[in-house]
Amino acid sequence: MSFPWANHYQPKNGLMLWLDEKLPLPRFVYNAVGAGYPVPRNLNYFWNFGVLAGFCLVMQIITGVILAMHYAPNATLAFDSTEHIMRDVNFGWMLRYAHANGASAFFVVIYIHIFRGLFFGSYKAPREMIWLLGVVIYLLMMATGFLGYVLPWGQMSFWGAKVITGLFGAIPLIGEPLQHWLLGGYSPDNAALNRFFSLHFLLPFVIAAVVILHIWALHIPGSSNPTGIEVKSESDTLPFHPYYTAKDGFGLGVFLILYCIMLFFLPNFLGHADNYIPANPLSTPAHIVPEWYYWPFYAILRAFTVDLFFIPAKLMGVLAMFSAILLMFFLPWLDTSPVRSGHYRPLFRKFFWFGLIPTVLVLGYCGGAPAEEPFVMISQIASIYYFAHFLIILPIVSSIERPEPMPFSITEAVLGKDDKAVLPPGSAPPSAVPLPAA
Amino acid sequence: MVRLFGPLVGLFFVVALLWSLVVGVIAAVPVLGEFGHFTEPTVEHEFHKLPKELSLASDGPMGNFDKQQLQRGLQVYKEVCSACHSLRHVAFRDLTALGYNEAEVKAIAAGFQVPGIDPNTGEVNTRPGLATDYFPKPYPNDIAARAANNNAIPPDLSLIAKARHDGGPYVYSLLTGYQKQPAALLKDFPEAKTPVGLHFNPYFPTLNLAMAQPITADGQVTYGDGTKPTVAQMSKDVAAFFIWTAEPKLAKRNQTGWPVILFLIFATGLAYLAYQNVWRGKKH
Repeated sequence: MSFPWANHYQPKNGLMLWLDEKLPLPRFVYNAVGAGYPVPRNLNYFWNFGVLAGFCLVMQIITGVILAMHYAPNATLAFDSTEHIMRDVNFGWMLRYAHANGASAFFVVIYIHIFRGLFFGSYKAPREMIWLLGVVIYLLMMATGFLGYVLPWGQMSFWGAKVITGLFGAIPLIGEPLQHWLLGGYSPDNAALNRFFSLHFLLPFVIAAVVILHIWALHIPGSSNPTGIEVKSESDTLPFHPYYTAKDGFGLGVFLILYCIMLFFLPNFLGHADNYIPANPLSTPAHIVPEWYYWPFYAILRAFTVDLFFIPAKLMGVLAMFSAILLMFFLPWLDTSPVRSGHYRPLFRKFFWFGLIPTVLVLGYCGGAPAEEPFVMISQIASIYYFAHFLIILPIVSSIERPEPMPFSITEAVLGKDDKAVLPPGSAPPSAVPLPAA
Repeated sequence: MVRLFGPLVGLFFVVALLWSLVVGVIAAVPVLGEFGHFTEPTVEHEFHKLPKELSLASDGPMGNFDKQQLQRGLQVYKEVCSACHSLRHVAFRDLTALGYNEAEVKAIAAGFQVPGIDPNTGEVNTRPGLATDYFPKPYPNDIAARAANNNAIPPDLSLIAKARHDGGPYVYSLLTGYQKQPAALLKDFPEAKTPVGLHFNPYFPTLNLAMAQPITADGQVTYGDGTKPTVAQMSKDVAAFFIWTAEPKLAKRNQTGWPVILFLIFATGLAYLAYQNVWRGKKH
């Protein structure tokens, strides 16, 4: 799982030597995120977001476990127990705001992490498995976030749960029974709240498990880098520790400052006022909107307003919404350009910056807006581009594009020259070797 | 396979979306032509107003509570709002945050009758409140609340400042916003005349609400601290009070936030220097 020139773990004293023989956990950490993991030397700040995402996950689990000690997952108590946390639990307000804004921070970080992968072609061979596992993590995060938003049992919790589980009702034949089975009733109630709480507690640990696989898969080819050129020699890399621990430490500080500004001064900015009204099945809010991180997909869901022959509009919306996420699984095979980084792909770059990014932002805006014109039309146009970008434009671009000239190696990209550049072009880069008994 | 089916799936969604778009445009064109807007104008769209500006001591990242004002707000709640509205998340013991001492809190609590049980007979009765009690509800149940209020349940006010967008200014605007229906409204939307039993208020989302103007005249309450009890002042004070009931930890939150962020800026500065130090001489 490393390059031949990677540092080797040396136990420093008797205790560590003893531990290394019995359970080589320090060796494992050393090789995973320590000095034993060589990383391209040219990573920019966008490569900070994996570490930040891991930090967010840990933070959410810690705050969440403590919140669960004070929360009552019962339809008659949930809302009041949340207020009990806000008012009577020592620093309960801070825990709850840290957890609620932590979810938003997690999604901000993960979206930047995903778009970094999209721009720099991190999903391409030999890193497809990292990407696939990443999409699984993202799906699990969306499920976890949705389940968690239901728990305070406010108006938006209840109606959000009703709308989202209602999506399953659009499936032909089995839809309605499936929806009732998922909810444990005809409408969200105590049974639904209980299972949502149980699953909301479970899924983060499933995410943590998939994160371990994600990092494991990463350590086989090693990290990608902004040039998209594979590591060729020792001068291309630096040990993760201390170089990237130091850089990520600084990035983490900047992240924490922004996060704490939200937590302490704007804690309800990203929330919805209606969720401070207790759930009331008899009173529908004027605008039911999910949390901001679902808005682009919510816009796609609502963009289908007309039945397509025998397919009802609602079913089309549901199909499209899930497809919009699931198509990510096929990305490594839709974009077949051998060049990874958008830096050397003139045509791809234009579609990325002037097509995909504005489209996703517009979809996000429309998803949060009421379902009326002109937002529906705008989301229809943006959804057309979204699907076209991944399923039609990317395959075409990757076949017709002429990539720009690339440096020989990371070293050449950084230093301007690489003494090893005299090697015949196309010579195999040093292959990764497996980690000794970790 | 992916390269074959991918574009086909893409085309499928693109065609379905185009179909929805075309149908939507055909439906929108006549509306757009007639009203110059995508939807037929509604009375709410034309006459609903955003909350007025309201500046309070609790605003912004330096915000703290004006305890004197909160005490006045409590008085307005007690003498005006509490006749119909509950405050079920607030306990009398919480009132120490308003600057009352223990004896004063006990006295305030004792001024409310709360549901109790006769210790001798076990019969349900009422007793004077204790510091540990919560503000009592004005109605025994929702049906009684509806019956007394033209079929509308007066909402609990503990969280009202967070349960409405721009809550503090909203409460203030609603309380000071009662007026006669504008002639222009009745001219353009004759069917939108306020129904009997409702009251017109442009700050309410549907423009008509069941609550009659609660604060009607200057001097409706008599403040002990010499503040002139104008309608605007009472409305402002009670809005400030509801910001406190919705977020009693607001001041503590701000006071905690500053040292945390200053520390983080310092620590991040050190982290930056460490980063520069570690990377010295390494081009990247």
